[in-house]
Amino acid sequence: MSAQLLTRREMLRTVGALVGASAFRLLAPYAYAGTAGQPPLRVGLQAHRTGIGAVYGKWYERTARAAVRTLNARGGIGGRPVQLVVEDDGTDPKRGIEVVEKLALQHRVDFIFGTLFSNVVVASAPRAAELKIPYLVVSEGYHVPSGRLNRWTFQPGITDVRSQVTAVAPWIVRNLGRRIAMIFPDYAFGYDHRDFFTAAARRLGAEIVALVPIPPTETSFTKYFPRIPRNVEVVYHVMVGPAVLTFVREMGEYFGRRRPQFFGFIDSLEGVDLASPGLEFLEGTYFWEALPRYAGQYDTPWERAFREAVGVDANGASKTDPRDVSTYSHMFGVWETLFVIKEIVERSGYRNRNLRDYRAFIETLEATERFEEGLGHPQGPKRFVGQIHQAFGQQFISRVEGRKLRVVHRTRIEDSLYPPEADYRRQSL
Amino acid sequence: MRVQARRVWGLHLGVLVGLGVLQFLLPPYHHGVVTRILLFGTYAVAYNLLLGYTGLLSLGHALYFAAGLYGAGLPVYYLGLDAVGAFFVGMLGSMAVAALLGIPALRTAGLAFSIVTLLFGQTGYLLTLYFNRITWADQGLTLPVQVPPPLRYNLALLLFGSALLGTLWLVRSPFGRVLMGLREHEERTHLLGYDPFLYRWTAHLLSGALSGAAGAAYALLFAYVGNAFASVLYSVYPLLWVLVGGAGTTLGPLLGVALVTYTVEAASGLLNAYLVVVGIALVLLIRAFPQGILGSLRDRRWRWLP
Repeated sequence: MSAQLLTRREMLRTVGALVGASAFRLLAPYAYAGTAGQPPLRVGLQAHRTGIGAVYGKWYERTARAAVRTLNARGGIGGRPVQLVVEDDGTDPKRGIEVVEKLALQHRVDFIFGTLFSNVVVASAPRAAELKIPYLVVSEGYHVPSGRLNRWTFQPGITDVRSQVTAVAPWIVRNLGRRIAMIFPDYAFGYDHRDFFTAAARRLGAEIVALVPIPPTETSFTKYFPRIPRNVEVVYHVMVGPAVLTFVREMGEYFGRRRPQFFGFIDSLEGVDLASPGLEFLEGTYFWEALPRYAGQYDTPWERAFREAVGVDANGASKTDPRDVSTYSHMFGVWETLFVIKEIVERSGYRNRNLRDYRAFIETLEATERFEEGLGHPQGPKRFVGQIHQAFGQQFISRVEGRKLRVVHRTRIEDSLYPPEADYRRQSL
Repeated sequence: MRVQARRVWGLHLGVLVGLGVLQFLLPPYHHGVVTRILLFGTYAVAYNLLLGYTGLLSLGHALYFAAGLYGAGLPVYYLGLDAVGAFFVGMLGSMAVAALLGIPALRTAGLAFSIVTLLFGQTGYLLTLYFNRITWADQGLTLPVQVPPPLRYNLALLLFGSALLGTLWLVRSPFGRVLMGLREHEERTHLLGYDPFLYRWTAHLLSGALSGAAGAAYALLFAYVGNAFASVLYSVYPLLWVLVGGAGTTLGPLLGVALVTYTVEAASGLLNAYLVVVGIALVLLIRAFPQGILGSLRDRRWRWLP
């Protein structure tokens, strides 16, 4: 083999490529419109990468990354690029506390956000307050608006269970029936459903004929169904965790053709394909959705932009893998929370991790009453009640038709309101 | 003999002084991590008393940790009890549970004991669900207490120090010798006139009380009560910690907790499937040190380690 010298043309091409590459590297920092040279704003995601919340956690993280990309492409937050730091808490309350400490003390993030499971939220919130760092959860639990947490903990990006059931209960009682049985997980998330739906339904003159709590570690559900009386008109179900598919299948096998009406929370099927074998019996049943999974059911430019940015197809699954179904009715909350951080940072003039700037951030957020629908709020407009740190929004009721969900009713924000039972603003910072 | 005693006490006091100095050197995040290592170290010391020195493998010890946790947390939350009072309520409550359950559990031995304790542990967990209107089950409760980090560290150290020196004294006392005698050869010890049940019951009671003290301290120092701590995982953890550090060694439990905690910490920074890494690391560790780290060191070099 002879040693081949570079031809002149190859040489020019190589040099040109090198020059081009170095020019790109020089220019790269300016790719973020207007954020050059600014110190980044760091946001810490307390993520359920492992443990019982892993399906949700995966999509929460994807949504957070998409939101950060979108924010950075549009000039960051307050002219600063946004940097995302993710730490896994294993959906475990003890590890959750450690993650809050790690994000605040080691990664030195400006804000912690995105926690879903209420055991992690309730365990972590006192530490966030102690470390004096805002903690913005996407959890749905009633723990934030109940006043049981603290002034540093907010839930601006997703509605809580109490407001969800308050909004859908009248529709259920009016359209599906008055004798209702409830199946729910025997942990705190289920208790919110049990307590608030029971109260709302009774006020409307309905009767709760059976309450069936199911232990969290359960893998077979058949033995629980006989506790539901045969003359029940509506079965209200909500489950989460790895066994939901088995739960829904066994429910179908048990009730068969002569069945009551079913109203479920989509939590029972988040991350699960409605066309999965065994779910045929769901045809014609109803679900609560916070944001419709199937494209075109809430057709706004913002919803389309959100779906595109996170990489979700028309069926609510990952664009790269149609079997990888998203948690569409929850994960928008992560997106909206990051845009709330953006809005409040910019309005309050927050710059650094100090008490004065945090005070400005917290007081500005508490004084905020509305978040307008838009790119930052694709689920719809929100009303924010500063005294309980909680956002309120519209809800959707969908019917399973042709193995897809079709929206049949949309509630108004006013339908979901309840009188506040606490006032965080009285706590000192 | 006296030289050896001096060496033993010197080592233990040295470790405690070292931990006291450590708080001034640690960055804030690790300050919190070590605080928790001290609390769970106390729990591991309690477990070791039973497994390492008495030879009883319990699979339900989370029950005692949780009894302390709830025993201290619920009165603070619902009755506004002060923290010091709550700590003792938690510890004594857990001791009472251990005293009571020790009676049926210790009528069994070996594998049967493990199974009976496993069932007791699960019963405790299910009770937290059953009484969910009080306990709030998995979600748990936030307690209205706040302890500044330096105080928290030193309280954890105080608890751990008392547990460590207490066990050291205990295992060197005639009482401890009888426990180890039971572990090595029950019939011979019985023949010498010692009542196996009474000694085991007392060890079980002390272990339960100390586990409860660790649980109560955790609730009060970290302002949280939840049933994750009553789950079977928290019965398996102390077993793991003690086996890694060295069952039947006084300092093994602390070493085990520290090693497992920091292995998790390091692995979780590297990749998602960090628990697999932790698992493999622990298997390799146990292969290299079948008696746990300090147990194996005692076999090979430092025969004087208690």
